[in-house]
Amino acid sequence: MTFALFLQHLANGISLGSLYALVAVGYTIVYGILRLINFAHGDIFMMGAYFALFALSALALPWPIAFFLAIVATVLLGVIVEKIAYKPLREAPRMSAFISAVAMSFFLESFAIVVFGGRPKAFPRPEIFSAVIHIGGIAIQSITFFIIGVSIIAFLILTYLVYRTKMGIAMRALSKDFEIAMLMGIRIDQVVSFTFALGSSLAAVGAFMWGLKFPQLYPLMGVMPGIKAFIGAVLGGIGSIPGALLGGFCLGLTEIMLIAFLPGLAGFRDLFSYSLLILILLLRPGGIFGVQVIETKV
Amino acid sequence: MDEKIGKILTAVFLLLFFGWLYWAQQNLNPYLTRILILCAINIILATTFNLVFGYTGQFSLGHAGFVCVGAYTAALLTMDITQKKANFFLAPLIWPLNSIQWPFLPSLLAAGSVAALFGLIVGMPALRLRGDYLALSTLGFAEIIRVVIVNLQRVTNGALGLKGIPSYTNLLWSWGWAILAIFIVKRLGDSSYGRAFKAIREDEIAAQSMGVNLFYHKLLAFTIASFLTGVSGGLLANLLSTIDPNAFTFFLTFQVVSIVVLGGVGSLTGSVISSLIYIPLGELLRAVESPVTIAGLHIPGIPGMRMVAFSIMLLLLILFYRKGLMGGREFSWQWFWARVQLVLGKQSEG
Repeated sequence: MTFALFLQHLANGISLGSLYALVAVGYTIVYGILRLINFAHGDIFMMGAYFALFALSALALPWPIAFFLAIVATVLLGVIVEKIAYKPLREAPRMSAFISAVAMSFFLESFAIVVFGGRPKAFPRPEIFSAVIHIGGIAIQSITFFIIGVSIIAFLILTYLVYRTKMGIAMRALSKDFEIAMLMGIRIDQVVSFTFALGSSLAAVGAFMWGLKFPQLYPLMGVMPGIKAFIGAVLGGIGSIPGALLGGFCLGLTEIMLIAFLPGLAGFRDLFSYSLLILILLLRPGGIFGVQVIETKV
Repeated sequence: MDEKIGKILTAVFLLLFFGWLYWAQQNLNPYLTRILILCAINIILATTFNLVFGYTGQFSLGHAGFVCVGAYTAALLTMDITQKKANFFLAPLIWPLNSIQWPFLPSLLAAGSVAALFGLIVGMPALRLRGDYLALSTLGFAEIIRVVIVNLQRVTNGALGLKGIPSYTNLLWSWGWAILAIFIVKRLGDSSYGRAFKAIREDEIAAQSMGVNLFYHKLLAFTIASFLTGVSGGLLANLLSTIDPNAFTFFLTFQVVSIVVLGGVGSLTGSVISSLIYIPLGELLRAVESPVTIAGLHIPGIPGMRMVAFSIMLLLLILFYRKGLMGGREFSWQWFWARVQLVLGKQSEG
């Protein structure tokens, strides 16, 4: 493998890793507060992509506006999903909420199949993203730079929201101790809705850029990225935001590097992720950042 | 009411039931027969899920993987050699599979055994985890099994699947195994093992302090469940006569979970009833997907609405009717007799 090819794969891996990281944050912040794995998150990601598609092609809006609208629509969807499927089950055993998440995920997938059709749809690629930039002998798509740039901005905004605002303090308090936080006067419903909104907005950002990078949308497109992002979140330490970013990023990077160095194993790329998940759960369930795993009744 | 009378009643009922099945095998139309066989297979799946989740409290989402393993094992054993040659045109089937053909019962037992072996392999690491993590790792294992099967071209024919599996499964085989599965799980649940399982479900730490070996019992329940799940996979393969890896996705597990939640987690009676509701309901819902004309109004069919309906149903179930139909209770002849007496009592008074 030449150095140029390696750099190409590296750029690919970094952009895929950034996309996984964006989606992984959504899983981790919901888990941190509600101890619930939002199975439907991957499908909210998928709906975000379809919203973007609708804004770009049916409404023929310029892409920055379409981007913004897709985020807004996905945020609304995320909040509605929470109100319907998770809020009523907050006092219920955790397995009920888990089953509800699974049911919601299936609902979104079947809904997408009925409304959008099972056939893949092409995501329109604005002119600016078709450009390929040449640096020192290698060709990198402008999309890659866009993804890395937007992801960095998104993570900076995320960090600001979580560590420098009152809402962020409330989120962190709830994830530390749910009951005491309630006693301290934190409005649970508002904070949970905000958490879902935040996670969904990041998923929408990721979805738009995913559509630019892989311009084929289909109703089950959220399943694999969702699972991979979740595995990344577990890898970094579920419940920890830096963990989700690091874990998602590493997972995307290693996945591309694996295929780059061992192209014969390309069919096993998903198997690699699943095996990694099981290894992590068995050896170090707290992930890289060593989040404390509290054993609660199922 | 005497326990002995209850047992005699059950025996008589089973005798009549199998008599009817024998008649139905010859006379019922094939569509209804197929639905009934599917119900029986899903009863086995629901019963084994109840053993692992309802009795022992372990939320394992690996069911589809074991069905897959059982189905492929039985298929590879029952298919005749010319069919195998025809199927494996990309890469020849390995020895000894390419030169043997087994009858149905040994193939089913083999399917169950292979699935039980996988159950051991999956259970040993996975059952050390709890709650969400157990669910996710078993889900991961089921997907790994599926991916491996897609990639083992020389053993499973990969993504092409297997066609031409002999249709050995009929009403007697499927319902016979269903009754056997219910019998095994019920007896297991009523034994000292069953008490250990339920103790683990209720409070693991208390069970452990009472001397229950947690891991051993969890693994036992899991392996027995995997065996029966593998058998049902074999029955499924010999019913559908073609299988491919895409038939064993998470959706299959989702279906089993829905059936068990509908019937009431922990209730075998509930699983039987809800299977008998769920499967025909699925067929009825096909009507939603084809165009229908009501009183001159033409409503076009919407493909895919079935899935939407199923997911909404599970959502509503879990939100509003979590206990399910039976809520953990089981059928008993005593309850039945009491009801009969109530009705008779009312009639004689009125």
